[in-house]
Amino acid sequence: MKRIHIILLVFIAGAIAVLISFLQTTTTYDTVQTAMDKPGKFVHLMARWDKSQPMEYDALKDPNYLSFTAIDTLGKSVKVVYHSPKPENFELSERLVLKGKYNDGYFDCKSIQTKCPSKYKDDMKAAEKNVQATTLAEPANADNNK
Amino acid sequence: MDYIGEFRLPGQLGQFFITLSLVASLVATFAYFKATRSSDQSQTGYWKKLARISFILESFSIIAIFSILFYIIQQHLFEYKYAWQHSSRTLELKYLLACFWEGQEGSFLLWSFWHCVLGLILIRTGRQWEAPVMTVISFAQFCLATMVAGLYIFERKLGSTPFILLRDSGVLDNAPALHVNFDVNQPLKRDYMLSIKDGNDLNPLLQNYWMVIHPPVLFLGFASTIVPFAFAIAGLWTKKFGEWVKPALPWALFATAALGIGIMMGAKWAYESLTFGGYWAWDPVENASLVPWLILIAGLHTLLIYKHTGHSLRATFLFFILSFSFILYSTFLTRSGVLGESSVHAFTDLGMNWQLMAFMFIFIAPALFFFFKRYKHIPSIKKEESTSSREFWMFIGSLVFFLSSMVIIFKTSLPVLNKLTTALYGIVPIDILKRQLAAPEDPEYAYNQIQVFVAVIIALLTAVSQYLKYKSTPSRFFWKKIAIPTLASIIIGTLIVVFGDINYDKEGVGFLGAIWLAVICSVYTIIANASYIWLGLKGNLKISGGSISHFGFGLVLLGILLSSAKKEILSHNIGGIPIDFGTESKEKTGENLTLVKGLPMKMGKFDVTYVRDSAHPKKQQWYFQIHFKSRTDNEEFTLWPNAFVNYKGNEGLMANPDSRHYLDHDVFTYISALPNPEKNKDTASFRDVPMKEGDSLFYSRGYVTLEKLVTRDNIPFEGFEPGDKATVATLKVHSFNKTTYTSEPLLIERKGNRFAQPDTIMSESIVLRVGDVVDGRANIGIKESNAVLEYVTLKAYKFPYINVLWWGIVITALGILMSMVRRIRLNLKDKD
Repeated sequence: MKRIHIILLVFIAGAIAVLISFLQTTTTYDTVQTAMDKPGKFVHLMARWDKSQPMEYDALKDPNYLSFTAIDTLGKSVKVVYHSPKPENFELSERLVLKGKYNDGYFDCKSIQTKCPSKYKDDMKAAEKNVQATTLAEPANADNNK
Repeated sequence: MDYIGEFRLPGQLGQFFITLSLVASLVATFAYFKATRSSDQSQTGYWKKLARISFILESFSIIAIFSILFYIIQQHLFEYKYAWQHSSRTLELKYLLACFWEGQEGSFLLWSFWHCVLGLILIRTGRQWEAPVMTVISFAQFCLATMVAGLYIFERKLGSTPFILLRDSGVLDNAPALHVNFDVNQPLKRDYMLSIKDGNDLNPLLQNYWMVIHPPVLFLGFASTIVPFAFAIAGLWTKKFGEWVKPALPWALFATAALGIGIMMGAKWAYESLTFGGYWAWDPVENASLVPWLILIAGLHTLLIYKHTGHSLRATFLFFILSFSFILYSTFLTRSGVLGESSVHAFTDLGMNWQLMAFMFIFIAPALFFFFKRYKHIPSIKKEESTSSREFWMFIGSLVFFLSSMVIIFKTSLPVLNKLTTALYGIVPIDILKRQLAAPEDPEYAYNQIQVFVAVIIALLTAVSQYLKYKSTPSRFFWKKIAIPTLASIIIGTLIVVFGDINYDKEGVGFLGAIWLAVICSVYTIIANASYIWLGLKGNLKISGGSISHFGFGLVLLGILLSSAKKEILSHNIGGIPIDFGTESKEKTGENLTLVKGLPMKMGKFDVTYVRDSAHPKKQQWYFQIHFKSRTDNEEFTLWPNAFVNYKGNEGLMANPDSRHYLDHDVFTYISALPNPEKNKDTASFRDVPMKEGDSLFYSRGYVTLEKLVTRDNIPFEGFEPGDKATVATLKVHSFNKTTYTSEPLLIERKGNRFAQPDTIMSESIVLRVGDVVDGRANIGIKESNAVLEYVTLKAYKFPYINVLWWGIVITALGILMSMVRRIRLNLKDKD
């Protein structure tokens, strides 16, 4: 066996070790219940904003405090606290990926990813909404046809 | 049915050229294939001629498609979905090009366009390699043409055409106002175009000048990786295993430079336009283009090894094949929607996943099959490389680059892995396959902790390898030359570590130590390569391309390390804003600061004031004037971060940062929150207090004294007419934080009617008004309301030494291009 082959094997073994240790650090996608079941463990919580519950954000009081209630598809909800400004498009989001851990009765969120029409993506839903908005704003047309 | 106001000709022409390009590229592929296969001279000539004509026809079609689509966008022909979806009438001319490649279709066309340019050059210069190389490229062109074909074959959609009409795209299907009788089940009204007044516009985040230039350069990089790949395939195909490397070398250099610049332009755009606080976030989209580049670098180096020593030819084949393969994989990742949760900036799913997958496998599978089939025939040298040889260490370096890229792409592919395990679970129901993996808690650190060591190894190898000779190096010779640069680097590197105040301890001592080591090693790369130009090459710049690009690469590494390790958040919010709200203020220090208009706030060494804002004349875009004034020196400047508010149906805020550039650092700021005008409706009401001169009234944060009460018949107030009378109350507002303000509300009396003209003290969030005066007593009204407060919340960073990175990239690219020019010259000389 050539020297270079030995080095090759060592390196590849190293890379595999790195990847295995990486897999150990990966986290999981969770529901509210499973996140509550493992307090203190970092998870990706898949939920949406429960609009029927109050949301607290006042940039004057504290720009780094947002709290709201998240509800998952199973209907279970949890209070979320996020120490950053309210993300762009928060109101518009259909779904949220909340990264953080459950602790002391609330979900302490480190980052929020809003799954909603277009941060960078073109989203046809937003576009369609836009068309409807512009066309509905023309009541003159509407009356003629009725 | 004919619709009013549609201009159908451009679309029909465009669709014709798409079909033509599809057919022409297929003919070119076939003809080039025959030209390669046939051994008969006249046959070869015939096929070659046909192939060239087809390829030129194809190139013409692509340019025609390009021009027509641009015409549609530029003329605002919103009957076409592409124009409607990506542009608007208010869009500045310079961004019309950015609209072009915002969509998948346009970016495929751009890619295709560069293939045409490269192909035409290859037709002129390829000689014996033209036919096999162009077979591969023509086939790629055919595949790309299918992506924009928009044809239906056996009910399967093949590609997505940019010339689809808005009314055919489904967007209008749910808009009742556009349909006959307001019934969406009825056909569209004939004059529906009257209602389509404007397009949906370019995504605000892409309205940045880098978006005009970055995609073309990046796609030039994407397109040019096919050339070394095609040469490698040509080598395997024609069994001229070693000869292709010479003509392929300048192309490999060019691809490296173009792809590298393209990626880093994207980084610059992210730095200037995105708000994730930096130029690189290990986002899947970024990684997906970085990985082919890393492999390309590996291939470039093994190619040089082969040229000089005859070693590493097999590795060169493999690296060039993989480099293009990963371009295709990255195309699949970013365009298929598979990244979904994990990336903020991928394209939308156009429902072409099977086609993208096919595009990937149709190249990768045969290429790898070919490679392994011919593996035994590829010449290799049995003798071992000596450890004192340059090629030995170069090969190690290439290997590290390659493995590092594999680690990166594996981590990036978690969503793909999840899809695979889910699919497997359907077949083999083992519990472990059901687990859906998500990114680690700190995804960036997961990359950084590994890549910092890659940086150390690569930096060391880059510093040392040039001082080694090919085959073997006498150790006296080596040590004599490298001693001084080594010593100098250790001293300077240590000085930077000690006095540079690099104390990124967030991830512990181990990681900080690794950063220190990497800093010293990158300094070593810089110094060793700079001095090699004189020590090794006697100052001959013509042949110093390699050293110059390595020198630049050292700067890149150093810039990355310094700017990331020393990045500082300026907008630390220590005690909330000085107004005490007395409620359960969460005493967690945050990274965002709220600025009330006109009230200076401390931020690092600066006093920062939100002075005023101004709106874009046509768009819902606001510019905020933020004034920075240093408390320690005379430094003073103004930044204008801007934000789109509730733009085109996107509720909320889309911010564009602004930064102040210095030689050694940047101050970078963006708006992170704005008051919501809907929610902050002014619900408070005035409280009236009868006062005479000298009286005081209290409000929650201070008191107000009435200093003077006069009635005048002439005041400097706009709209004041002769005959009008005004009651002027001069009020002193004493805030508990020891600031005083003067306020002068008015009561104007005109022909028996009275108009109050209240006055607002913004930073105290109070509004004062004056009412009727009876017996020297006036009703002074006071209203306290947060709604009057104008404020912005922003985040500010300090990026030190970011310029080291940008300049490093420029120098690296220059060095590579110098080498390319030299190699082209050498190749030309060989032929004469």
